[in-house]
Formats: sequence, structure tokens, C-alpha cells
Amino acid sequence: MSQTNGQTGGQTAVHHGRTLDLKLCIWRQPGPRAEGRMVEYDLPGVSEDMSFLEMLDLLNERLIAKEQEPVAFEHDCREGICGSCGMMINGQAHGPQLGTATCQLHMRKFNSGDVIEIEPWRAAAFPIVRDLVVNRSALDRIVEAGGYISVTAGAAPEANIIPVPKPVADAAFDAAACIGCGACVAACPNGAAQLFTAAKVAHLNLLPQGQAERFSRTEAMVERMEEFFGSCTFHGECEAACPKRISLENIVLMNGDYVRAKFKNRRLAGRR
Amino acid sequence: MIHLDPAVPDGPIEQKWDQHKFEMKLVAPHNRRRFEVIVVGTGLAGGAAAATLGELGYKVKAFTFHDSPRRAHSIAAQGGINAAKNYRGDGDSVQRLFYDTVKGGDFRAREANVYRLAQLSVNIIDQCVAQGVPFAREYGGLLDTRSFGGTQVSRTFYARGQTGQQLLLGAYSALARQVEAGNVELFDRSEMLDVVVKDGRACGIVVRNLHTGQIVSHAAHAVVLATGGYGNVFYLSTNAKASNASAIWRAHRKGAALANPCYTQIHPTCIPASDEFQSKLTLMSESLRNDGRIWVPEEFGDPRPPNQIPESERDYYLERRYPAFGNLVPRDVASRAAKREVDAGRGVGPLKNGVYLDFKTAVERLGRNTIEERYGNLFEMYERITDEDPYQVPMRIYPAVHYTMGGLWVDYNLMSTIPGLFVGGEANFSDHGANRLGASALMQGLADGYFVLPYTVPNYLAGMLGQAPIPADDPVFRAAEAEVADRTQRYLSTGGTRSVDDLHRELGKIMWDNCGMARSREGLEKAISEIAALRVEFDRDLRVLGSADTLNQSLEKAGRVDDFFELAGLLCRDALHREESCGGHFRVEHQTEEGEALRDDDHFAYAAAWEYAGPGAEPILNKEPLEFDHVHLAQRSYK
Repeated sequence: MSQTNGQTGGQTAVHHGRTLDLKLCIWRQPGPRAEGRMVEYDLPGVSEDMSFLEMLDLLNERLIAKEQEPVAFEHDCREGICGSCGMMINGQAHGPQLGTATCQLHMRKFNSGDVIEIEPWRAAAFPIVRDLVVNRSALDRIVEAGGYISVTAGAAPEANIIPVPKPVADAAFDAAACIGCGACVAACPNGAAQLFTAAKVAHLNLLPQGQAERFSRTEAMVERMEEFFGSCTFHGECEAACPKRISLENIVLMNGDYVRAKFKNRRLAGRR
Repeated sequence: MIHLDPAVPDGPIEQKWDQHKFEMKLVAPHNRRRFEVIVVGTGLAGGAAAATLGELGYKVKAFTFHDSPRRAHSIAAQGGINAAKNYRGDGDSVQRLFYDTVKGGDFRAREANVYRLAQLSVNIIDQCVAQGVPFAREYGGLLDTRSFGGTQVSRTFYARGQTGQQLLLGAYSALARQVEAGNVELFDRSEMLDVVVKDGRACGIVVRNLHTGQIVSHAAHAVVLATGGYGNVFYLSTNAKASNASAIWRAHRKGAALANPCYTQIHPTCIPASDEFQSKLTLMSESLRNDGRIWVPEEFGDPRPPNQIPESERDYYLERRYPAFGNLVPRDVASRAAKREVDAGRGVGPLKNGVYLDFKTAVERLGRNTIEERYGNLFEMYERITDEDPYQVPMRIYPAVHYTMGGLWVDYNLMSTIPGLFVGGEANFSDHGANRLGASALMQGLADGYFVLPYTVPNYLAGMLGQAPIPADDPVFRAAEAEVADRTQRYLSTGGTRSVDDLHRELGKIMWDNCGMARSREGLEKAISEIAALRVEFDRDLRVLGSADTLNQSLEKAGRVDDFFELAGLLCRDALHREESCGGHFRVEHQTEEGEALRDDDHFAYAAAWEYAGPGAEPILNKEPLEFDHVHLAQRSYK
């Protein structure tokens, strides 16, 4: 892994004012069925305090001034939580800073003269819509298959009736922190969505409230996932690319529950 | 003039909602499939409403302009959600949450709505815990809470600094379950560009598919808008980049009154802007004020780094001026205090545009681990953006536009002045009066979505049993589609020289300079004329490249900014007419000797519901008088 952990801050690290001159190579593709290609752009005068997306904003403003169509890319909150943004930056999902979504990556991680290659997520399940924008709807289909606890509004018992041990709540939270950006799929050589699916499964399967549907959920979600995505061969690239540092351990938990689901769900079926 | 009927039920305030639930009409389970409901927006209010109406058995169509319902901006809420559970035994109650909210809102909210909100707050926590929302817990396994601004009890439930994310994922999962069950049909990448009204009732919407450009109509018996706030009218705000006012503005143009647009919340703790390319501002959760202490150097323009300034030369101005609430005064008060320090020349940082938020005492008292557990993700986010480590050096913060209390006027049933058009969450003019307390937006969004709209929408539908929706090929839909297509084409064919962002940034600057934290008659009049002039420039010199039949992000933005121009004008007019200061609306002409907001209850204790009078015409003011029977009108004091 050539990623850095980004812990370069500290008391004296404020050095505002440096500007970078960059060469960008960006995937341009006018539409879903059109042919795409890498296009080079010179971008001088980038402030190091800009975020990566502000750098692209700057490029787009300059393109519009030259009457060229701007580069399409997804973004929204720009705080690393909505999961909209994401691109391959020099071959790495979300770029060189570990545990950081593209919008939180700042240009001070780059140097003047750098050539930066920017491509969309590449995965069979994520067809390209335009330039750097892909369609990630397959992730929603996985959640629809069972990524919930079935509780109707108004039917919930008093919240403190089930104590949840703090370590359990914390572990569930760690899994639930997934932002659904799809970097795990893009980083995987197989285009698998195991880490995404496992994060949702683990979040719910760890909690007492999630036990009733634990095995039916796991089976349904895994099987829906397999309709769209490749198979997991445990490369671990997903964990390295994840901006929320979702752990591979969740996949172990999901696989265990999936095997047990096959046994449990069959036994329940036999009883009927 | 519009007839504003708040439709507040009779009876004692504690019993209004229960009594109303009993009196509302029901739809029998077998009849529910015969009713179609459109929900626009899939954040906390919209996602929860669509899921719950689906659970009940109505035929729901849910629309989001994102690629997934989970991207709605509710996801970015950090600090927490209030509920009157009183798990701490520290004196909280429904009554107290109600009181705090009315007072925090500077007495400009409707009492009956706020009381209902406080009552429902406890159900929200139950619902979310049952859904698997991983709230913070204590070692005994029970739910943890923390304090927030404007209160003296600890009633804020939280999930680290990502409470909005976890609550939205809960609502999204409930919605996903209904999509799978076939009760909700989900339309992603579909931006609502008009509301369709026939015979005085909302009967559907027109949407544009953002991938294909296709313009399509959808008909229904009722329409729910839950499309968020309009903070991006200021260009720089903590809102997500795509957050916009088009849905509510289009509804306004079709006859829905828009109330109190000048009530905008400037959040005190955001990372100060660093340069002209700044695309948005980042919030640092209010929860940080639990443990962080706000200060500026006593000496003007002190050049020393913060850690070299001794305690005796620091001014902890909030603790000094407001000893009872200290760093936890409400947002409007904290923001104005910060502005005062910076304007006086005591600002800190390279651009002298911030104040310090210091965790030194907290780290010493609680240890780094505790602070990391409470705020770890926020500290990390701060470091990424500023390249400074807040465990070592104080954060620099400054106020930024964050939330809009104004919105479409709604009655007690959350129905706008257009029958059949309901509005939930930040999009309505809400329960927060002139200032929202921290951790109350999530509470209101979920109360509207899970517990209010699922009762009040069926009450409206019940009267339409046996009626089919107006068909989506009715001429009224065709006309709306043509208008949307014309507008879209107009942006493409202007053929000017200025990008949408360029014009939007300029609009934002006019708004921030003249209609931000301090407003004056002179500034507002200037803003109104500058906005009009810039609007002419927009119509004449806009440059949008590409076509309408593919993904075209500039084209999407053009429509949103176009609507922001009109809204900006109304916002300034509202601010101009309100000759008082209250909550987030501060008129320099109306302040106490100590610089606090000075209300004028004799003349302005009303909600200003503006009515659209046609392009270029002066909007018409309608007033809903506000009565305070339970919380007595008083000058707010947090001393």
C-alpha cells in the first residue's frame, strides 16, 4: 500500500499560500453508450488549501470560460458523509489519503508538477453515466432485499427496555458508518460488494433488535448482492479504500451468518 | 388575500393532538391502495413519511434528485436529536422541551405545533432504537445523552458526530423495506420542477430525469414536499451543494404562501472560509460547545500563536457575558457575539476571521480518549480541512449560514395554503419560530414524517374516496410540462459568458453582506436593487453548455439559481418589513443597549405568510397572529 495516513498536522503545519501547477488526465465520456477517453488538461495556480473537488470546480470554471463542457462528477455534502463523491485518483479509490473521501482530500497532499489521473469507478455493476459519474443503484437493491429491521411506525417499545452493551453498540456503529460510496467495489479486482453488504449486515446482526430477522436478512442480502456483483476472494483492497475504515472483520461475520442461515433457514422451513 | 386558517384544534394544549387524532377521518385498510400519494424528497421527513404511508398501505411514489435516497442532506447532521425522555432525571419534561423551543425560537412559533413536537419527541427515540439506530450508550447499556445550546438539561441523543447519518439510514431502511414490498415506488435522479394544481387542489408534479432529461408528470391524490431548506441562497453555507429551494419556490408560485423567509440561522461553529474558491462551509457540531471554550485574545490583533497567550490575556466572552448558559447559549446569540469580536478587530487566524474554540481544559479534565470518543470524527474532519490538530491547537471557528426556519406556511395538519399539498421538515415554516435550537431539526423532520403526516394526509384523503386522481395526460399537466421544457431550453439558449456558479457566488455575496447576521433598512434596500440587477444579468449573460437530453449539471444548477434569485428578493423584503429583531433576524435598528435582539411584540407577533402575485409584482403579505397562552412573552435572557 502506498497510502499515507495523513497525520501530518500539528502545531506549525499552517503554511497557507502555496500554489500548485498540475497536469490532469481525466476520463471524458459524453454518455452511457458513447466512447470515452482520457483527456489532458493543464491546471496552473491551484491553491493548496483547496479540496480536490474545489480543484475540479476551478477546472470546470476555466473550461466553461473556453466554451468547453465541464467535467461531470458527483458531489454533494463535501463533508465526507453523503457518499456521493468518489473517483479513482492515480489508480486509488478516493486518492492517496487513507480513510478519506474525495471531498475531504486536500491539494496540500499533492505537489506542483504532479500529473493526476482521474477516472470513474470501474465496476461491471456501476455503468458509467457520464465522465466521472456512475450509476450505483445496485447498492440500493441490496439494502432493499433485507437491510432493515421490520418495525412499523408507532409499534416500537420504550427505547431503554433493551439495554445494549456499549461495546456491542460501538461495534454496530463502526459497521453502520458506511456511506455507500462504492469505493470498496471500485477497489476490488473482482468488483465485489462484500464490504458494503457486510457493513449493513453486521450493523443490524450485532444488535439485539436485529436478531429476529438475522438469518433471513443475511441470506436475502447476500443473494441479492450476487445478482449484481462479483465474488469476494479476500484481497482486502476494499478495506484499504474505505473512507470510513470499515473492517474486513464484517465480511467474516457475514460469511459466518450466511452459512448458519443456510442451516437455520432450512430447518425453519422443514418445521413448517 | 389568502385565508390563513391554522386549524389548531380546540381544547387544552396537552390534549389537542390526541383529541385531533380521534376526530380525524380514517381510511379503512382495504381502501388505502386506492389512494396515491407523492412524496418529494427522501431525507428524514420525506423518507419517514413515504415509508410510513407505505406501511399503512397507501400507494406511494417517492422522488429524490439524488442517485439514492440515502444521500439526502439530513445525512450531514452531526450533533444529535432532542427528546423529552428525562432519562437523566435532571428536570426534563414535555413541558420543558416545549418551553425551551418556544423561548429559543424567540416567541415566533405556533404554540400548539411546538407542544405536539415535544410530545412526539419521545416516540421518535423509541422508533429509531427499534430500527437499529446505534445511539451512544453508557456502560450499563442504556442510552446516553448530552447537552446542547439553549437548554439546561441533557436531552440530546446522539450517535457520535454522525447522528443525522444514522437516523437517515434508519428512515432509508424503512423506505427500502416498503420499496421491496411494492408499497413505495422509488424514482431516483428525478428532480421536481413543478407542482400541478387543478380546481384549487394539488394533483401531481412534473419531474425531470437528470440522466436522460426526460420531463414526466406524475398524478396523485395528495403531494408531500419534504425538500429541505434554502440556505444555499447565500451560496456559501453548510448545506450540501445541491440543496435548493426550487420545489418550495415552484409551489409558492402556484399559490402556496411562504412564511418568514427572513428567519435564517447562522450557525456559530463553522470552519472559517480560507479563499475565494471556497465552495461551501463546513460545520463543526454544536455539541463541541459542551467541552470546548470559546475565546479571543484580549489584545487587538495579538500576533502570538494561541498556545502562547496566557489565560489572563484571553477573553472567554460567552462565559463572561452569559454566566448561566456560558458557551451553550443559543445559536443566534453565540453567532452575533462572535461577529462582534471579529468586527471589533479581535479575530484570529490568517485572515483574522475567526474565534478560538479550545479543548485544552477538556482534554486535561477528561483525557484525550474521552474527547476522541465524543468528537473524534469532527476533529479528524477539522484537521483534514485546515491542516491543524485541534487536540494541540484551538479550533478556529466562525458563523455560517446553516438552516432556514422559514418555509412554506402550513396549518396544524402540515398542509399548505394549497389543499392537498403538505409540507414536512425544513421545507415548512416549522416549529422553530425565529431561531432553531440545536438538535431540534432531526426531531422535527422525524416527527413530521413518522408521526404527523401519516395521520393528517389520510384525513385529507378520506374525503376523496371513490375519486380517481386527475390523469397525468390532463391538459393541466401538459401545460406544466411545456413550461418546464421552455425554462430548461431558455437556460441553454441564453448563450452568454458567465457560468452559473459565478452568478450564484455574486448573489450569495449580496445576501451575506446585506441580509446576513446584521441587517439594516439601507442594506436591504440596496440588496433588493442589486439582486434585481443581477437577475437581469443572469437572464442576459448566462452560459450553460451542452444539451438538455443528457446529464447536464450546469443546467440543473441554472434552474436552482434562477429560483434562488426570486427567493432572495422575497427574503430581503421580508427582512425589510420586519421592523424588529428576533432570533436569526437581527435588524441593527432594533437592539438593546447591550446589543441583544429587541423584539416588538405589539406589532410583529405574527407569522408573515407571503403570497405570490405574479412575475415582477410586489408579493402580498398575509399575517397569522401568534398567541402565547402557555409561555409568556418575555425578553430572552441567557445570563
